Amino acid sequence: MPAVRIKDHWREQRLFDQRAIVCAALMALATLGLIVRLYVLQVARHDYYSDLSQGNRVRNEPIPAARGLILDRHGEVIAGNQPAYQLELVPEEVPDLSDTLARLVALGLLRDEDVDELERTIESSRRFDSVPIRLRMSDEDVARFAVRRFEFPGLDIKTRQTRFYPNGALAVHALGYVGAISEQDLKHIDRASYAGTALIGKLGVESAYEHELHGVNGFREVLVNAQGRSVERQGALLAELHTKAPTAGGDLVLSIDLKIQRVAEAALAGHRGAVVALDPNNGDVLALVSLPGFDPTLFGRGITAGEYNQLQSDIDRPLFNRALRGTYPPGSTVKPVIALAGLTYHVVDPEAHRYCAGSFHLPGSSFIYREYHNEHHGAVNLDDAIARSCDVYFYGLANEIGVDRISAFMAPFGFGALTGIDVSGEKAGILPSRDWKQKTFARPADRIWFPGETVSFGIGQGYLTVTPLELAHYASVLATRGHIWQPRLVRAHRDPRSGALQPLAPVSQGEVPGVSAEDWQRIVHGMIGVTQRGTAAAVGLHAPYVFAGKTGTAQVYTVSRTEKYNASKINERLRDHSWFIAFAPADAPRIAVAVLQENGGAGASAAAPIARKVLDAYLLDADGKVKPSS
Amino acid sequence: MIYEEVTSGSRTRRTLTGAARVLFALKIDGPLVIGLALIAAFGLVVLYSASGQSLSTVLRTAARFVLGTAAMLLLAQVNPNFLRRSTPWLYLAGCVLLLVVAAAGHVGLGAQRWLDLKLFRFQPSELMKLAVPMMCAWYLHERPLPPSWGSLGALAGLILLPVALVAVEPDLGTAALIAAAGALVIVLGGLRTRVMVGLLGLAAVGAFFGWNFMHDYQRKRVLTFLNPQTDPLGAGYHIIQSQIAIGSGGVFGKGWMNGSQAQLEFLPERSTDFIFAVIGEEFGLLGLLLLLSLYLFVVSRAVYLATQTQDTFARLLAGSLALTFFVYVFINAGMVTGLLPVVGVPLPLVSYGGSSVVTLLAGFGILMALYSRRKLIGS
Repeated sequence: MPAVRIKDHWREQRLFDQRAIVCAALMALATLGLIVRLYVLQVARHDYYSDLSQGNRVRNEPIPAARGLILDRHGEVIAGNQPAYQLELVPEEVPDLSDTLARLVALGLLRDEDVDELERTIESSRRFDSVPIRLRMSDEDVARFAVRRFEFPGLDIKTRQTRFYPNGALAVHALGYVGAISEQDLKHIDRASYAGTALIGKLGVESAYEHELHGVNGFREVLVNAQGRSVERQGALLAELHTKAPTAGGDLVLSIDLKIQRVAEAALAGHRGAVVALDPNNGDVLALVSLPGFDPTLFGRGITAGEYNQLQSDIDRPLFNRALRGTYPPGSTVKPVIALAGLTYHVVDPEAHRYCAGSFHLPGSSFIYREYHNEHHGAVNLDDAIARSCDVYFYGLANEIGVDRISAFMAPFGFGALTGIDVSGEKAGILPSRDWKQKTFARPADRIWFPGETVSFGIGQGYLTVTPLELAHYASVLATRGHIWQPRLVRAHRDPRSGALQPLAPVSQGEVPGVSAEDWQRIVHGMIGVTQRGTAAAVGLHAPYVFAGKTGTAQVYTVSRTEKYNASKINERLRDHSWFIAFAPADAPRIAVAVLQENGGAGASAAAPIARKVLDAYLLDADGKVKPSS
Repeated sequence: MIYEEVTSGSRTRRTLTGAARVLFALKIDGPLVIGLALIAAFGLVVLYSASGQSLSTVLRTAARFVLGTAAMLLLAQVNPNFLRRSTPWLYLAGCVLLLVVAAAGHVGLGAQRWLDLKLFRFQPSELMKLAVPMMCAWYLHERPLPPSWGSLGALAGLILLPVALVAVEPDLGTAALIAAAGALVIVLGGLRTRVMVGLLGLAAVGAFFGWNFMHDYQRKRVLTFLNPQTDPLGAGYHIIQSQIAIGSGGVFGKGWMNGSQAQLEFLPERSTDFIFAVIGEEFGLLGLLLLLSLYLFVVSRAVYLATQTQDTFARLLAGSLALTFFVYVFINAGMVTGLLPVVGVPLPLVSYGGSSVVTLLAGFGILMALYSRRKLIGS
């Protein structure tokens, strides 16, 4: 057998050509497969992949809406927006973070104690995101950084809108403030509409009207690359990007008159206390003061733990809203309403005199109820008893009316209930009654109402407590002879663009039932007596208008246990709280006010002069003449 | 008028014949060169966009084209007999170099593929892309075709030794191309259909065992190829993004330098292995069809040239070089479009980087040398 095969060139050529043809056919087949694949991708599923590609490259970046302004009743800005300079750092562009921060400390742009926390924040951020490391830089800080900027790669000064309170702490307890959105806030806000917003209203008007003030955020489609970084590019890629402009938040016009507010704060300055002034004809809050206050700007720029602790532990409790939440015994300021109850229930003859020898004791009891400062008023009728604040007269009167009737009569004046003011955080005082005592106390022996408690009730001591707002509300009901208006801080919305005002209707809460016009006039007359010949005569001196008032002095029993013992301050803090309520002009009142000065002593000496200043500021023009009512 | 037309026409003809004469003298095939030049030109235009408007990238690639063209011209002048006689030495040298790389290669891209020659870095596996088909053709040149069982065994050894060395580098893409180049020589040599089917069966078994020898990332590539969505941000990311790029390009494309997938870096390896997707995104289906047409033209012309050669060595080698070029294109396009697993094969003459441009053009130089000397080696 021939084991050796011989090369046959012709056959090999044919074989090669055959194979080449087969390969060409396979190539054609493969190419066809490829084209089919391309058809599927680029024609059949083109829309699907277009969407994916669009989703890849576009990111929605929120444009925060400008927060609405807050204006006083005359249009003066109380809360506005201001561009603030802040120092921002892009981590990936900073060569040596620790060294950079250390040099910023040396420049006085950062505080040494903040560095550790900053470093942690920076390390937890995305490498290419700009991290704010210093907020609210002064012009001087900006200048100091600007000349050294070349030494700090990756750092830049950016401008951001922040909340600005041009008057600092003025009216802070009415306004509230804006602060960083907390975990708790996140639970009840729509996260999407807060994207790009770092701040939210806390307390006061800023919180209560958050929805109106916030506005609607817009968005901008931003071109991003695979790392999620925003990239700027010209050309066709940019043209398809959409933008939706934000809608600015609505402006609020407050009922507060900054002029009155300033006068009231100045008058109370240096003391702890509260002033609430209302327009008795519609419930407008003309001034709402609680001192000491704090600068709301602290929270907007990010309050440090140290600063917050300092505010928190301050013995004067600047964060505490005394006007809305501080409850105190009203003292003698309740006498007009007790008198009115006596008249309405026909328990007392207004002209009949009672003899005041400086003390009172209940039949069958050995306890002696003393007159304040052991005064002797002699024979006093109802008018005198109010004007001169005779305790003995009201001890007896209260005892005769009885607790049930007093409680029932006082309820419509707003005692023991929230006034319904349009901001949250208000606290109600206590209007005691048999029922209240029954519910409140645990021990059966404590649940019984004792006759002696009715006696203290008559001069506003004991269980009865009020907030300054409640007392102002009460003064305003007296001023209008029984018309009840819900207090309000916001009187109108303003369109941020057109400036058109949309007034809010005042909310009436009805009238005090069953009191005759004559009886109203009697107690108003008594209150006018207070400022003309009674306890506050010195304060009423030379007033160009007739005004009605009532002093009050609330006893302080103990220093709160939460406060530290401080020998130099303890005496001052054991002094009585000083109250004064007033309204003016007495015949057609335009303003009602309640003033509380903690530990101020007698109402006439501390609180009343403050009230007088507030009334003057509201009623008088520059020449000291009474302004005509508008 | 008529006179002028005639003279100008004849002048044109004279110029053409002049150019043809020059090409002939240089042993260059005109249509093939034109096809290659068109692909290269298109490639440079795409590369400018795909590299993120990097002119230096384009210039470096252009420089490689110059180098490759020089290699092509040079190799076109070589006498095929000399080429054939030096084949075993070339093959041997290639194998030794591969061993050297395996032993003390420079670490680049996590894989040992390079040989640092100070002046430039040399990839012996590129040399083997030419040396292996040459060796196979050389082996079959003196032997009767179709090859006997014994020849097949020897050829399998000749192919698998370098393929194994390249595969362990590890460079699966190049290993596959070398294997393909060698295998194509055998197929063109007249391998029986029965044997081919049998070998495919063996390959399937081999794949099963090969799986156990694969690196994790290679296994992952195979798995992701089968289902890219299982790991959309990891190994599947490449293929998902490249399909998005191609698909979103549509019929007409998004326009040069306006492909968001490529320009915004969603597409990884956009200027190298995945440049096919950039073309799909920016020039659409039409752009890809144009490119595929150019490739097919080049391959067809090369196959035609191969059929015109007159001895076994030339025929087999030329045919293998021509078909390997198509395999390149198909593997790259297949992996970018999701038809094949991602193996890291560049798109010939378009992808940036590597010495593959030079190798490819050198291959075409050899092909032209084989074709242009057909009459001299006829009998």
